[in-house]
Amino acid sequence: MFSRSTPDVPDLERILLKHGNDAGQLLQILTDVQQACGYISPDAVSRVAAHLQIPLARVRGVASFYSFLKLAPHGEYQVLFSDNITDRMLGNQTLLDEMCRQLWLQPGKVSEDGLVSIGLTSCTGMCDQGPALLVNGRAITRLSHQRVREIAGLIRNRTPLETWPAEYFMVEDNIRRAGPLLSNGHPPGDALRAALGMGETEIVDAIKRSGLRGRGGAGFSTGLKWAACQQAFGAEKYVVCNADEGEPGTFKDRVLLTRQADWVFEGMTVCALAIGARQGYLYLRGEYRYLLKPLQEILQKRREATLLGRDILGHAGFDFDIEIHLGAGAYVCGEESALIESLEGKRGVPRNRPPFPVTQGYRQQPTAVNNVETFCSAALALAMGVENFRLIGTEKSSGSKLISVAGDCAHPGIYEYPFGVSVRQVLEDCGAVNTLAVQISGPSGACVGQNEFDRKLGFEDLPTAGAFMVFDDSRDMFEVARNFVHFFAHESCGFCTPCRVGTSMLKQSMDKIAAGHGTRYDLHEIEKLDAVLQASSHCGLGRTACNPVLHTLKHFRPAYESKLKSLDFEPAFDLDGALARARQMTGRDDAGAHLKTEDE
Amino acid sequence: MSNTFRLDGAEVSFEPGQTVMQAALAAGHYIPHLCYHPEFKPHGSCKLCTVKVNGRTSASCTMPAEAGLQVESNTEELNALRRTLVQMLFAEGNHFCPSCEKSGNCVLQALGYDLEVHTAGFRHLYPDRPVDASHPEILLDFNRCILCELCVRASAEVDGKHVFALGGRGMEKHLIVNAESGLLADTNIALADKAMEVCPVGVILRKEIGFSQPIGERRYDQRPISAQALEDAPRPATGQGACDVCEGQS
Repeated sequence: MFSRSTPDVPDLERILLKHGNDAGQLLQILTDVQQACGYISPDAVSRVAAHLQIPLARVRGVASFYSFLKLAPHGEYQVLFSDNITDRMLGNQTLLDEMCRQLWLQPGKVSEDGLVSIGLTSCTGMCDQGPALLVNGRAITRLSHQRVREIAGLIRNRTPLETWPAEYFMVEDNIRRAGPLLSNGHPPGDALRAALGMGETEIVDAIKRSGLRGRGGAGFSTGLKWAACQQAFGAEKYVVCNADEGEPGTFKDRVLLTRQADWVFEGMTVCALAIGARQGYLYLRGEYRYLLKPLQEILQKRREATLLGRDILGHAGFDFDIEIHLGAGAYVCGEESALIESLEGKRGVPRNRPPFPVTQGYRQQPTAVNNVETFCSAALALAMGVENFRLIGTEKSSGSKLISVAGDCAHPGIYEYPFGVSVRQVLEDCGAVNTLAVQISGPSGACVGQNEFDRKLGFEDLPTAGAFMVFDDSRDMFEVARNFVHFFAHESCGFCTPCRVGTSMLKQSMDKIAAGHGTRYDLHEIEKLDAVLQASSHCGLGRTACNPVLHTLKHFRPAYESKLKSLDFEPAFDLDGALARARQMTGRDDAGAHLKTEDE
Repeated sequence: MSNTFRLDGAEVSFEPGQTVMQAALAAGHYIPHLCYHPEFKPHGSCKLCTVKVNGRTSASCTMPAEAGLQVESNTEELNALRRTLVQMLFAEGNHFCPSCEKSGNCVLQALGYDLEVHTAGFRHLYPDRPVDASHPEILLDFNRCILCELCVRASAEVDGKHVFALGGRGMEKHLIVNAESGLLADTNIALADKAMEVCPVGVILRKEIGFSQPIGERRYDQRPISAQALEDAPRPATGQGACDVCEGQS
């Protein structure tokens, strides 16, 4: 399928035409070129730039920002193992090694014959059914040595991906505990009908009264956001659904989009009615590309049922439609202003704020950006009555919350609880034993130890976007933090000094400690970097990048200290390590050759 | 008074639309900065101008001035943060001041002196960044790039050429030029371009004049940057502030 090195002209023109020859669709265009050819050739870059009449360097700049876009051939089969800590705990490393052995290549490299590349990628959102991988963007779950050998065979035989066994691509919902959101049985249109019976201001007031707060983690009042957007002046207004679920350990939006997509779209439509928007976008993370088709079918059904399109539900002048945009592997695009930049076909770099998206968002127009679960909850609140919704949860955290449970427990999956549930309760329900710590809300969230298991999930105490990763007492929390630190270094957009340089330095320090060369000096340096990241980073990514280290240092300092040398300082420069390449070239492979040091 | 805020105890008046940095410089108060250039819309990426506004840290170049703000800048805590950021920038690239043509005219070096950065602080990353010497009159030494995007903006907003852009992400982020070959010689850059004069460090260099002005007689050899920057600051903007290839600009 990827035998052509570059799409022939009609193909590229078809792709450009599909996206209206619009430079604002650059990311979508490049994603299509990548899908069609396996990479974006220099020729394709030039032609896209010429067609869209934009600088060639801009095309190259955008393409090189996103992990899934390649500017050089990267194999007919591009295999990316999900590298969340939960995948690691399930043995993704040995599986990756196995596949590399089977196919005779090194991780991160393309095979000599151009057939395959194998590498790592950030969490793909399949933590409850890992280890997982992506092959040419398609998710494969529940990897085992057997499955890895089969996949290697299929690749070696150049079997087209479409004919691979369907069970590889099965993604389970694993709903362990359903609540009002997941068991919402109201027919589509109910929330919209309720909203149409109110005025625009009444809708916003109702959402305010519901006490609904953003489910993406920050917890901003949804009613206030919509009100600000409603009052903002703009020729056009936009509704954007953030389905760029990139926080490692989080997969609840995936399940909502599988089970309750109608309610996500309904929430967006209600928001459009309230703020006066005619166009909405759902920004779907590239890892969930397999959801694109079913979601588009649901959109089509809603158009046919006059729940989308012109004169919605017969109300003249109420026009609204939704388009789905795909991400291409950039965690930072989960930040709302970076997401808007990405929607506009640019590099996903967070904007300077103010101005905020509610006044100057997509195409500089007022834009309401909310999480998948927020829209779903807004629609539910209107369908069930905001007073009833208010009764669920706690005073400052109304409603229910989907928790993505993964890691050391008997029943990983999705649990829906009213806000206010204790960590201990979730641990009991998911069958976790001998639990050492739980990472709440992903690497950017909080690591809680045993003495804090009575803390409650909610904005009053432990705010969460949904991730709940369980670690039992066999786990080394230093290694957990190191995995997260690598994640942030990989995902930093590179805009600001503290995050671009700081996350990389943090990674080096953690690696130095892991390699047994760490000293007290390194712990001191880590604390210094943490302070700089927290004080001066441009966005939440940098400001929270130090959380994993800060929190594990607080709870599990011995896990760090046991790895330190007794010295106060050891230089990072390692003479043996520096000579390793020469030793490798001369064919030495004994222990004294330090080949491992060189690899790192 | 309505349109004033306090900076380290001093009263600073501002005009609506000004940022804390712009108002401070116009009023003769220096806040250390690197990526901020008075002729362009503030970028906010280097974070050297971080101040505390009502107790919260924020980049002063992008922070809108508001009446009644309490701004702290010249404190040991914030200067320590700035020193660390300068150390991080030095460690990130390959900066060898003694052999650099820009020595004495380099903003990063001048800030290092002025902020009293006496040690390296971090282990250096020694990235591999080949130079681009393809152009007959201009050298690009990427080893010193701090990714401030000033050349990107100058070329796009003033020269109308888009010679430069940024590629990559995180530590892989780097300056690229607008040519199929990826080489400067194949772009339409010219010596008279604004992009030729805005680089705060030694990336974009005119060939054959490297040491025509002797070291010791250069811009920051005369006076520290804290004094120089105040004279430079109040000048009319040349950038349009609208750049479709620039980051963080919205």
